[in-house]
Amino acid sequence: MKNIILKAENISKQYRLGQVGTGTIRHDFNRFWHKVRGKEDPYLKVGAVNDRSSQAKEEYVWALRDINFEVQEGEVLGIIGKNGAGKSTLLKILSRVTSPSTGVIKTKGRIASLLEVGTGFHPELTGLENIFLNGAILGMNRSEITDKLEEIVEFSGCKMYINTPVKRYSSGMRVRLAFAVAAYLEPDILVIDEVLAVGDAEFQKKAIGKMQDISKGDGRTVLFVSHNMAAVKSLCSRAIVLENGITIYEGVTEEAVDFYLKSSSNSKLQNTYYFDQDLFKGKNVVLKKIFIYKECNDNIENISREDSVLFEIQVEKRYSEKIGLALRFKDDNGNYLFVTNNEDLEDGGITGNIIYCMKIPPFFFNEGTFLIDIIVHQHRKLIIEENDVASFIVTREKLALGDWMGKSKGALKPKFKWQIIKC
Amino acid sequence: MTPQENDTWLYEISSEKKAFDLNLKEVWRYRDLLILFVKRDITTVYKQTILGPLWYFIQPLFTSVIFTLVFNNLGSISTGSTPPFLFNLAGITAWNYFTACFTGTSNTFRSNAGIFGKVYFPRVIMPMSVTISNLMKFGIQLLIFIIFYCYYLLQGFQLSPNLHLLLFPVYIVMMALLGLGLGMTISSMTTKYRDLNVLVGFAVSLLMYVSAVPYPLSEARKKLPDYAADLVAYNPLTQIIEGFRYMLLDTGSFSWIGFLYVLSISILLFLIGLVIFNRTEKSFIDTV
Repeated sequence: MKNIILKAENISKQYRLGQVGTGTIRHDFNRFWHKVRGKEDPYLKVGAVNDRSSQAKEEYVWALRDINFEVQEGEVLGIIGKNGAGKSTLLKILSRVTSPSTGVIKTKGRIASLLEVGTGFHPELTGLENIFLNGAILGMNRSEITDKLEEIVEFSGCKMYINTPVKRYSSGMRVRLAFAVAAYLEPDILVIDEVLAVGDAEFQKKAIGKMQDISKGDGRTVLFVSHNMAAVKSLCSRAIVLENGITIYEGVTEEAVDFYLKSSSNSKLQNTYYFDQDLFKGKNVVLKKIFIYKECNDNIENISREDSVLFEIQVEKRYSEKIGLALRFKDDNGNYLFVTNNEDLEDGGITGNIIYCMKIPPFFFNEGTFLIDIIVHQHRKLIIEENDVASFIVTREKLALGDWMGKSKGALKPKFKWQIIKC
Repeated sequence: MTPQENDTWLYEISSEKKAFDLNLKEVWRYRDLLILFVKRDITTVYKQTILGPLWYFIQPLFTSVIFTLVFNNLGSISTGSTPPFLFNLAGITAWNYFTACFTGTSNTFRSNAGIFGKVYFPRVIMPMSVTISNLMKFGIQLLIFIIFYCYYLLQGFQLSPNLHLLLFPVYIVMMALLGLGLGMTISSMTTKYRDLNVLVGFAVSLLMYVSAVPYPLSEARKKLPDYAADLVAYNPLTQIIEGFRYMLLDTGSFSWIGFLYVLSISILLFLIGLVIFNRTEKSFIDTV
């Protein structure tokens, strides 16, 4: 049996809405008065669910509510959720920046947190001095840093500037240096907030590689928060999904990511999407709806690889010139796959309500979930770009006995013509 | 998991606030950070200045000159057999250390919210580093005092430091404790309501006049109404400044009762400050 290194029990965090002012002091006194009499904090009983879009009716909000989870030693736990779901609050509590309103986190190891790279960098100090300062802030001691100094400098790629004040650095160099320090941190438990989304492509690759080394190679326990589903999938073994401050899913990463993607957008897995007509005020093109179906059948439920997939876009065209319509396809991690547009279509001179129809032949997509964005151009100028308007799932074709049952890699799996040429 | 294993948790994170959760072990673990903060504070203040650390000299010198001109020449406050300039320099050097500790720590939470909001380390490290780096500054300023002291000695003035000089380190500790205690209290109390910050700005400069910095306590007794003289006399800072001048210049007064009074007050204020600080550090980031 594996060792449980960290355990969160009923973690909740309440925040007050609005500003701190004279009104708050009344609540503070009331809270104090309850405490003096040995009673429970009266304001912990109230509080709204953390749903950002609805109008606040109460003065308190629960950023987190009754979060429970356990982390085993050597495990990499992903924490995913939409913006404002409570991920960062949870990380802040884990890294002891703030304390929970209720509940306890018990840990057997030291937690180091990377909520930001380069915390405490002082612009006047040189790169070298900042390595020591930043390292110490993150919890390393002097000898640890001295041991790894060469590697850190090497990894950052700022050797030339190491004795120059950091204020003369480019922002990219600063980030590299900061990440380099963080990468050589060796705590029992590492808490990371999306710090990967920095630096140029080369450095990102290096950073992700380093993260993989940390989590896989060294068997470190890591809690990782990210929006990048591909990164979560490749780094984490287990994940929890937060929504409005509540855990809505906990399990194996693949399943958790699927669950998150399905729940994260209302338009997900919708073959029909009606556009918000307000978007088109004063425009010559009005998109009405988009509709996805498989040939000979309006049923979206099971599009198989053997089916052709049809895309219909209902448009009210108010002027006679050509409009450029494009569909952009993405996989369920949000990676762009391809764009297809109507450039070969002659639609000049046509006005009124029309339907643009596009067909993708069978055996094009691999099995998986696909999302589409829609983009409209007019005279080479972008006029509308709507993301994630619709989505669909493609399932595998009927297999014969003895066929390979696994899923091949990649989002697309088109059939092309193969032949033999004798020479 | 068996119940026995539950005992092996290294630490817990919860909403509970213990009054005395000082966690000295952790502070010790972060000692390197403390040293680095001190180094940072000292090296960065006068970066890109030509005179550099000389600026540490200039401020007390100018203040002493002005004080001598205004209070001793213009206001004809008598400093006995001691040269007025040296009298003022001694008072200002000591006073500077207290105010530096006090103002430096009184905005610990607000000015470090950026770092505190991103990473955990024992927050006490910050005010501690301020106190220590100011000690360096104090040392440099004391050096000037000694230079002028020797100068006046050579001029033939009777300046006899006495045996109480042995208490010198205790006085420094008392000033540091007072500054820290008050500073930490203010800094904790201003995380949510910032009213006190406004006060600190002008209170410090006014406090100097109630602490017998530019005049001896005996003059206050002579010239001020009783209630004001008492106010000055019971101010622990007056006792410190007076004691300071007594041990260095043999002017003013010293009493063991006064000494014990200041010692206990500074320890008490320090402990109060520490407790409030520890209670605040856990979740101040939500209200700052």
